[in-house]
This record gives sequence, C-alpha cells and structure tokens, in this order.
Amino acid sequence: MREKLTYALGILGTLVMLFNLNTIFGDLPDEAMQGTIFRIIFIHVPAAINADIFLFAALCASVAFLAKKNFLYDSISVACIEVATMLLLLNLVTGSIWGRNQWGIWWAWDLRMTSQLMCFLLYLGYLLVRPAIAEPTQRATMSAFISIFAFADVPLVLMAIRLPNVKTQHPGPVLETGNLAPVYQGPFALGILALFLLGTALVLVRLHQETSRREIDSLRRELHSF
Amino acid sequence: MRAGFAAAFAIARKDLQTELRTRESLTASLSFSLVILVLFSFAFDLGREELYAISGGLLWLVYSFAGALIVNRSFARELPNDCLDVLVSSPAPGWAIFLGKTVAAFFLLLIVELVSLPFFGLFYNISWWQSPGTLLLVIFLATWGIAVVGVAFSAVTVNIRLRELMLPVLLYPMLIPLLLGAIGTTTALFTRDPEALKSMGSSIQLMIVFNLIYTSLSLYIVEFILIV
Repeated sequence: MREKLTYALGILGTLVMLFNLNTIFGDLPDEAMQGTIFRIIFIHVPAAINADIFLFAALCASVAFLAKKNFLYDSISVACIEVATMLLLLNLVTGSIWGRNQWGIWWAWDLRMTSQLMCFLLYLGYLLVRPAIAEPTQRATMSAFISIFAFADVPLVLMAIRLPNVKTQHPGPVLETGNLAPVYQGPFALGILALFLLGTALVLVRLHQETSRREIDSLRRELHSF
Repeated sequence: MRAGFAAAFAIARKDLQTELRTRESLTASLSFSLVILVLFSFAFDLGREELYAISGGLLWLVYSFAGALIVNRSFARELPNDCLDVLVSSPAPGWAIFLGKTVAAFFLLLIVELVSLPFFGLFYNISWWQSPGTLLLVIFLATWGIAVVGVAFSAVTVNIRLRELMLPVLLYPMLIPLLLGAIGTTTALFTRDPEALKSMGSSIQLMIVFNLIYTSLSLYIVEFILIV
C-alpha cells in the first residue's frame, strides 16, 4: 500500500512538474523587467515554501517524539529534514544564480540570505550529529531537541523581508502583496504542488528505509543477545 | 520552584569552585583566546580605520571560540565517575541542573572575556573603554546567549563520539543572530559612528529576544534530553 502510494505520488509529482515546465518555458511571457531569468521563481520560491512545510512537519514529529517516545515520529522527523535540507539547498543555489544574473553578485550577506543559509547549516548539523550517536533512544531524543531548536530560525527567515526597518538585497514578498501577475499565479501554485508531491514521495521512501533499518537493528541486537 | 533554584545555585557554585580550583577550561580558554588574538593580528594587516571597522567582529569571534571551549566542558566535566548519572537521578529537576550549569558557564566565560578585553585593546590599539556601561550590557547579553545555547548543546553532545567537533558545528550557526547583534553594537561602541550608534537599540532588542526564546526553550526541553 505504502509502496503504491509512494510511486503514485512520485509519478504524479513528475507529471505536474513536466506539465508546469512546459507551461513555464512554452506559454508564459517574459517578465517585463527581468526577461527569461524570471522563470527561476517557479523553482526558487516553491523550494523554500516546501522546505518550510517539511521542516514544520519535522518539528511536529519531534515534539510528538518527546511526548510519546514513539520511534515512528523520529523516523518521520529525519525523513522530513533530509528532504527539507535538499530543498533548502535547491533554494539557495537557484537564488544565487538568480542573484548573479540580476544583481551581478552570487551572494549578499543580507538578513534573508544569511538566515536561510543558517537554517541550511543548522539542519546539516542535525544530519551530521545523528550518525554520531550510537544508542537509538538517545539519538532520537537528541535529534528531536536539535530539530526543535533549529526551527526557531524558520520564523526569522520568513520575517527577514517583512520587518519594517530592515533593508535587504532580497526583494520583498510577492505573494500576499498581489505583485505576482495573474498569468504567473497558476504555474506558481503548480510549482509548489509539484515539489510537494515529489518531496512527500521522497519522505515516504526515507521513512520506509528508516523503519526497515530499525527492524534490522533490533533483529541484530536480538541475535547478539543469545 | 524554590528548591529548584537552590539546587541550581548549588550546581553553579560547585561548577565554579571546581573550575577555579583546577582551572582546566579557564586557562585553556584564556590562552586560546590570546593565541587567536595574536593570530588575527598576523592575518589582517590593517590601517586604523579598517581595524576599527572590523573590531567588533574580531572581538566576538575570539569570544565565541573561547565560549565553545568553556561550554564543551560543562557537561563533559560530569562524565568521569558517572557524576552525570548521579546528577540526573538526584531530586534536582532538569531545568535546575541546566540553569546551574549555564550560570557557571556564563561567569567563566565572562572572566575569560574581561581578562582578554584589555589585551585586545592593547594589541589592536583600540580604545574600548569609551562607554563601559553599554559595552558591559552587550557583553552580558551575548555571553548569556552563548552560555545558554552552548550548555544546551553541551548536554546534547555529551555522550556522542567526536563531541569536541560536533558542538561547534551545531553551536555556531545557532549563534549567528546573537553574534550579529553583538558584533554590530560592539563595533558601533568602538567606532562611535553616530549612524551605527542610533541603530544599536534594535540590535540589543534582537539579543534580548534571542536570549528569551532560547532560555525558555532550553529550560523547558532540557528535562527530556537529560533523562536518556
């Protein structure tokens, strides 16, 4: 059942992605100020939004783990964070390319970019520390703790371009201000959906791996106890 | 609650006393920060203006390196003779143990900072004493932040392999907002740039908010991580 769901989500996500790419490159007009490069927004922003969604899911799973001590939550948490870290990297790389094209520089140390890079580094730290802890309960608890701590950075990233007295190189929000032309809104929403479906499929794959690994570990332990 | 604070006080006193007697991390951290100060002076060959412009950054890099050494020992100190297990199984609540350790780390780091500050002024020829009150406030706020987050991660990493390596990997990215605030205000205090002095308030606010968030978060969750 789970396998079928994973495949279905993966295939659906790929189809939506392909359809959307076709629209973006084939049908959409160039943006008035930026020209062709503007199309990177359909990857750049959905990657960030989906990363935050998966990080929030990981936060909920981490809190649930601390409350219930059920290892399933730990698996959900690590699966979500791995996918989210990848999406954060995608967001940073596409942003850097876009910045090089529009601002002439690969990177600016403004609050938005710094906090997003920090977010990426924090979750990278999470993924680095996990394998260093041998005992499963300890690993899961520590991971949950780091996940909760690291999530405190996410609101900062979101706030970075909305604070009144902070000047950023990064442009302000386009979604809630209605600065995104109606013709771009459809592909934008599909971009979010496509990465969400693909991300969820990857989370399910990782979840499956984590669960089997846990089973193998416990079997191995049982074997050694005789 | 009251017993908790008493326990926290006792733990802080114990930590400070052990440290002042053995001076394990204190001397290491202090000499390390002096070495870093000397290294930086080789690394950057700067004029007076430029030196002032990066002075806050230099100072807080040195302090955060020194801080990592201090907090690294915070829980690791309890590992020999299974002292950590005894602490955890004692009637003192988790938050009290954490608070005590944080207060101890705060004071130790403060000692290192206040001792190395004159050396910093001396090596780099920076007049740092122009507004001692505000500087002290900034140092207090940032040091508390480093101590809280550092001791929390010290508790997380105490039992893992490569503890000394893992702690900085986790700690420094987490400290970025705090260090940004501290570096900005400290540079403003050294350069006396009127524009920078005006925006100091928001940096201090940032540090206060950071401290409030992470102190409450740590006090709340530390119970869970100490038990395992």
